[in-house]
Amino acid sequence: MSEGKHVHERKRLMESEKDECSHGKKPLAIYLHIPFCVRKCLYCDFLSAPASADRIEHYVNLLLREIQAAADSGQLQDYEAATVFLGGGTPSLLAASQIERILCKLRSVLPVRADAEITTEMNPGTVTKEKLADLRRIGINRISIGVQSLQDDELALLGRIHRAAEVYRLWEWTEQLQFRNRSLDLMSGIPGQTAESFLDTLNKAAALEPEHISAYSLIVEEGTPFYAMYPNGAVDEETDRKLYALTKEVLKKHGYERYEISNYAKDGYACRHNLTYWMRGEYLGFGLGAASLMGDVRFRNAGDMTEYERDIGMRETRAADSGKGREPESGSAIKGAHEQDVALRSAYAEWEVLSVKDRMAETMFLGLRLTKGVSEQAFYEQFGCSLYEVYGSILEKHRKNGLLKQKDGFFFLTEYGLDVSNYVMADFLL
Amino acid sequence: MAQMDQSKIRNFCIVAHIDHGKSTLADRIIERTGLLTEREMQAQVLDNMDLERERGITIKAQAVRTVYKAKDGEEYILNLIDTPGHVDFNYEVSRSLAACDGAILVVDAAQGIEAQTLANVYLALDHDLEVIPVINKIDLPSAEPQRVIDEIEDVIGIEAQDAPLISAKNGIGIDEVLEAVVQKLPAPSGSADNPLKALIFDSVYDSYKGVIIFCRIKEGTVKKGTRIKMMATGAEQDVVEVGYFGAGQFIACDELSAGMVGYITASIKNLKETQVGDTVTDADSPCAEPLPGYKKVQSMVYCGLYPADGAKYPDLRDALEKLQLNDASLQYEPETSAALGFGFRCGFLGLLHLEIIQERLEREYNLDLVTTAPGVVYRVYKTNGDMVELTNPSNLPDPSEIDYMEEPIVSAEIMVTTEFIGSIMQLCQERRGRYVSTEYIETTRALLKYDLPLNEIIYDFFDALKSRSRGYASFDYEIKGYERSSLVKLDILINREEVDALSFIVHADSAYERGRRMCEKLKEEIPRHLFEIPIQAAVGGKVIARETVKAMRKDVLAKCYGGDITRKKKLLEKQKEGKKRMRQIGSVEIPQKAFMSVLKLDDD
Repeated sequence: MSEGKHVHERKRLMESEKDECSHGKKPLAIYLHIPFCVRKCLYCDFLSAPASADRIEHYVNLLLREIQAAADSGQLQDYEAATVFLGGGTPSLLAASQIERILCKLRSVLPVRADAEITTEMNPGTVTKEKLADLRRIGINRISIGVQSLQDDELALLGRIHRAAEVYRLWEWTEQLQFRNRSLDLMSGIPGQTAESFLDTLNKAAALEPEHISAYSLIVEEGTPFYAMYPNGAVDEETDRKLYALTKEVLKKHGYERYEISNYAKDGYACRHNLTYWMRGEYLGFGLGAASLMGDVRFRNAGDMTEYERDIGMRETRAADSGKGREPESGSAIKGAHEQDVALRSAYAEWEVLSVKDRMAETMFLGLRLTKGVSEQAFYEQFGCSLYEVYGSILEKHRKNGLLKQKDGFFFLTEYGLDVSNYVMADFLL
Repeated sequence: MAQMDQSKIRNFCIVAHIDHGKSTLADRIIERTGLLTEREMQAQVLDNMDLERERGITIKAQAVRTVYKAKDGEEYILNLIDTPGHVDFNYEVSRSLAACDGAILVVDAAQGIEAQTLANVYLALDHDLEVIPVINKIDLPSAEPQRVIDEIEDVIGIEAQDAPLISAKNGIGIDEVLEAVVQKLPAPSGSADNPLKALIFDSVYDSYKGVIIFCRIKEGTVKKGTRIKMMATGAEQDVVEVGYFGAGQFIACDELSAGMVGYITASIKNLKETQVGDTVTDADSPCAEPLPGYKKVQSMVYCGLYPADGAKYPDLRDALEKLQLNDASLQYEPETSAALGFGFRCGFLGLLHLEIIQERLEREYNLDLVTTAPGVVYRVYKTNGDMVELTNPSNLPDPSEIDYMEEPIVSAEIMVTTEFIGSIMQLCQERRGRYVSTEYIETTRALLKYDLPLNEIIYDFFDALKSRSRGYASFDYEIKGYERSSLVKLDILINREEVDALSFIVHADSAYERGRRMCEKLKEEIPRHLFEIPIQAAVGGKVIARETVKAMRKDVLAKCYGGDITRKKKLLEKQKEGKKRMRQIGSVEIPQKAFMSVLKLDDD
């Protein structure tokens, strides 16, 4: 990515920060997990499963309760939503009215910035033009479409419910409805995929001129049907690497900048929500198994529906108790309160208070996912010591091996470094 | 304690083939004689190492003293010394036997005589022990006590018609065993008034009391204050305490006199001063001659033991020193490997012994070890007429200086049911065995005799034997001698650098096959690096096999879904943990597991 665009991207973030100063609210990214799908894809290891309309409605109500409980317990105090992201599963399986109720609930307890990026993921097989229009009306301004491939045989093989024609039809509607921030998810390394078929998918996808493209290599995860079908990986290494090289080459040719290991965007359209993860911004996840980072605490909802529901009940009780005696704690106390709040802690499945070392390591292994890399200045400002003091020999080792580069105050991975990023990142754990 | 009536003492041990119920019988005897109430009994009280209980085998000889009121109305002191059953531990058996006057031979009523039954009985007879047979597991549906009794008389040649028929597990016939011990086993001889002569048969280290010597008093008396002298090492000390063995505890008493089995402490701090097999005497009025001690055993299997963490080298040294104190058959000397750093070349009685020591070091001393491929002792005859005993392949002289080499050969006896003879013979052929004879013990069972090179059986011969006979074959061997053989040193080069810890000596005919499999195995074990790594097997500088670990091209987590950073971090932590357990050789990081995996070439 060129420096100019870095600056552009940073400027957007800095402006957000400025906003915060102007009315004293800190930016928060909100994630909402919708763990339902029409049918589980053969490679999928996410928390998702088919469900009846009744169960979905029950779940939506749980989400509403969870959001209210977060507000009542002071978790949202002094924050405003900078991004909202509905992920899944298949969020587009929900009725527009259900999504509307969720967003309304959110707006009722948390200010949402006027320029907030509000994304929903979408399966082309689950959307009608009417639903899309409704989504536009209720404030969804970014859509992320799970395309995976534009070859019907490959889609069938993956166990996807849609075909290429439905992608084009959906695309047409997004044009008509004037969505201006759209992302396509593409997948390489599908069994049987060839350089030709993938090139065709890439070219056809790029020809639609989406603002953003995510391109992932399929990883065959344990526990999925694919694991049994392709125990040695879905494609051979040679093919996998060839497809991967194609992704970089073709998308670049079409004017997309790679800003993260698997993400490409046109100028100014990097996904702000995902950038929050990589830059260790604060985010709060609602829904089954949703992860959060608030202050120095990483925590997570239960992945089991019964436990999740029980935990929401606990949070409601806790909020009611603390609300009786006194006002919610003031903003400055929230961070400390989070770390020490035993009652809140016990209402989450995971709760980890990060040490300075944890935070340094995260800054590195998350930041290095971005092609921009990690800022020496930002590191110093956050930790009061220089990157060299902490990681001197490791930085040197990887620089010598051609995996890491330093330029204009940023450390970033080279192309090869990105390819073998786990190997490099593991060294930054303290 | 009052002066002991020698005729009321019985010092005995129990010998048996593995699994024939020796430890269970020992438990019943202890229980029956009231040393412990049933509630206090933990199965196999004599086996007090965790490892022994887990594996159900007895490794270290243990002693316990009980009092039995016999049917003749007299009280007898029974000193029971437990012995290991596995062939690797003959030396330990030998030590225990030297402290006894008699032995109970336990034979399984269903399985009858097995290879180690014979080996142990002969050892006992060699020590002039009176042997009384006992038929165990008579409650099994497949028990054939009379057949086994006849077999004992035919094969071993000892009287067995009135052998007690027992079930140690169910406590049947224990009284008969105890009566037989009292009536048939001899009382110890020796005079309490003679100069002190005591045989050290074991010792343990206690951080408060120092070395605790386990001994059998053959002549004379020892008590608190006696100035004792170790005849072999010359060390002298004043006795602090004497006593005998309760179950799992030491019980102090006034004195130990001729015929008794007990312990001595004398503030001995240096483990090396008390050698098992040495004779303890009175420094002021010493006996004329030391006891013969036992036959010094020769280590048959050698391997390098290295601490996984180089800084733990002193800990490993201390641990080996302490283990050697009560396992004189363990030998070790420091060595240095270019690949593994500082460690020890250790000698063992056999592969099981090696495994047990390795596990004890890891469990009891909390050490993480890297083991090199086990090898045997080769004799290298040089052109200048010198002969070198080679325990470490790295020390092989330059080929130009070698006239010829010899390898140890064992006489192996394999007891097998007739249906498996074919497959067992095939196995022996594959392992360069030389057929000697087949003897039919009964119509369905035969004793196969083969001469086999020791280096062919130290890896996994026993496992192969068991799997090819569905567990029915048993195996015993003894060293026959050395024979000239066509041997070569197989070197492994990783990224063109020779890795000394992976070199080994192999018969010229198997060099290619072994080299190829080593390379394949290492290719699986060595992770990809940023560059390509050739793995080569070479004999005398000539490469005979090659594999390549391709350069790393991709190691990336494409997706971090919904901000699930914890999952990613765990993955990286696992990766980092893996890196820690690597050995750096040149620019290549080799997992410690790789050094071990080459030991298991024959698994597939």
